[in-house]
Amino acid sequence: MEVIQNVVCPFCGCCCDDIEVTIDSGKITGVKNACAIGMTKFLHYGDERNSSPMVRKNGELFKTTFDMAVEKTVEILTNAKYPILYGWSSTSCEAQKVGVELAEEVGGVIDNTSSVCHGPSIEAVQDIGESTCTFGEVKHRADLVVYWGCNPVQAHMRHLLRYSASCVGKFRKGRADRIIVVVDVRNSSTAKLADHFIQIEPNQDYEFISALRMAIRMEEIEQDSVAGVPVEKIEELADILIGCQFGIIFFGLGLTMSAGKNRNIDAALSLVRDLNSRTKFLIMPMRGHFNVTGANKVSAWQTGYPFAVDFSQGYPRYNPGDTSVIDILNRGECDAALIVASDPVAHFPQQAVKTLASIPVIVIDPHLNATSLLAEVVIPSAFVGIEAEGIVYRMDGVPLILKKLVEPSNGIHSDEAILRMILTQIRKRRG
Amino acid sequence: MPKLKVVLITGRSIGQGQGKEYGKFSEKYKENVAVCEIDSSDLTKIGITSGQHVKVTTYHGSVVVKGVKSTQEPHPGIIFIPCGPWANAVICPKTHGTGMPSLKGIPAEIEPAPEEKVLGLRELVTQTLREG
Ligand code: SF4
Repeated sequence: MEVIQNVVCPFCGCCCDDIEVTIDSGKITGVKNACAIGMTKFLHYGDERNSSPMVRKNGELFKTTFDMAVEKTVEILTNAKYPILYGWSSTSCEAQKVGVELAEEVGGVIDNTSSVCHGPSIEAVQDIGESTCTFGEVKHRADLVVYWGCNPVQAHMRHLLRYSASCVGKFRKGRADRIIVVVDVRNSSTAKLADHFIQIEPNQDYEFISALRMAIRMEEIEQDSVAGVPVEKIEELADILIGCQFGIIFFGLGLTMSAGKNRNIDAALSLVRDLNSRTKFLIMPMRGHFNVTGANKVSAWQTGYPFAVDFSQGYPRYNPGDTSVIDILNRGECDAALIVASDPVAHFPQQAVKTLASIPVIVIDPHLNATSLLAEVVIPSAFVGIEAEGIVYRMDGVPLILKKLVEPSNGIHSDEAILRMILTQIRKRRG
Repeated sequence: MPKLKVVLITGRSIGQGQGKEYGKFSEKYKENVAVCEIDSSDLTKIGITSGQHVKVTTYHGSVVVKGVKSTQEPHPGIIFIPCGPWANAVICPKTHGTGMPSLKGIPAEIEPAPEEKVLGLRELVTQTLREG
């Protein structure tokens, strides 16, 4: 029996790095410190695994050899005129890097899941700029934490414990030293733990932030209420925000997915800019998958752009709304798809799923998922952070190393190794 | 059957996160994701109790899921379906030039569907493709 300390959890963007994993006879038998979701991942990573590559013949998926699956993938990608290469947020930076090379080689579009989570946040940061920091600063200094349009108690379960409300920092010693504010459309599990909860109407964040900015600038709001919140309450919130020494807004998909999208984030970033004329204030998106931040970093470092990068002209182009995967699928423009560590059939709107069903799809994933139901080629891969090592970026942009804890089954390779083999074969074929 | 106009939001939940790790074809995934969290007052308005089936309809489609009493209430007039294939049967594909479909704040209608079945993942995907 072996106990491995300081394991990084490969589930959400918190990337908790204090997990303790017990291994017995090559299997994970115990997990300490992880939340309920992280625990489920470590203990059930072996469930519903697919141990063999598969290709479709006469409408059915049949088991095949690894080499045959790679060959079929190479054939699909080299024959395609406008392939999309999508997913990437649940794999390592090393695999993401090979993905970008592959996209350039086949003249395709590489997009990651931030396209359907914090893509609008990135677009807004490119317009406005952001005042941000790492978790360390929040832990040691923040006396006010605002959770806006996010519910970490359900989605990032240890966020409050490790990085905000109740962690023990150098200058803030625990929950009593911090004020927690939640802005949401529901009285969420996180709202129930807050000192102040502001319940706003759906699709009204932009209006509410604008009113709050007016209150902070001491301007008169000529309404009784905004977004269902009485003006007195908005003014009270403005006083709370101005009154802190070091505040931070953590925001979620409540802002990016509802009406206004990137404009809501423009407003939130501008709110933080206004607040900085009165006190110290920062802002950070709550990133979902454990390496979605890495997908943006690697893409930006390799191509200049963080997501939705189109290589069809031979050089990288970036124009969300045009080169983003949902728009390409909605318009039915792509003629093949390589899906790595993601499940778009389970997470994309129906129109996009229908396009996927009409083109050859290759799935590289540890699990059989909804996308594999309509794939031409399925290649099983090792779980990064459990069966393979790699680098990830935590949501605050700090890189961490995922460990290999157990051996994958025979013949199962990492995403990085699989993609490297595909790339090598494509280059060989093209001479 | 009484119908109620509501606003649909989708998002993550503990059950969705765990279910996904048990596997997309597991019963646990379906149990946690093919659900619609409804405010108690809205359950009363459409005359059902927690655990009964409801049909959720938007401009973009309709889906039958299990209606459950919300743990995040009060939020009258708002329903929540965890992100996943059932939610995606009714969300708005438009990205408004941002790349991001509209997954929250979608006008919707709910009604009791005691006779209708909650489809499994395979059947749901097959139905989506058949309706093409
Ligand atoms: S909060 Fe996220 S990273 Fe931390 S243990 Fe839970 S799932 Fe893993």
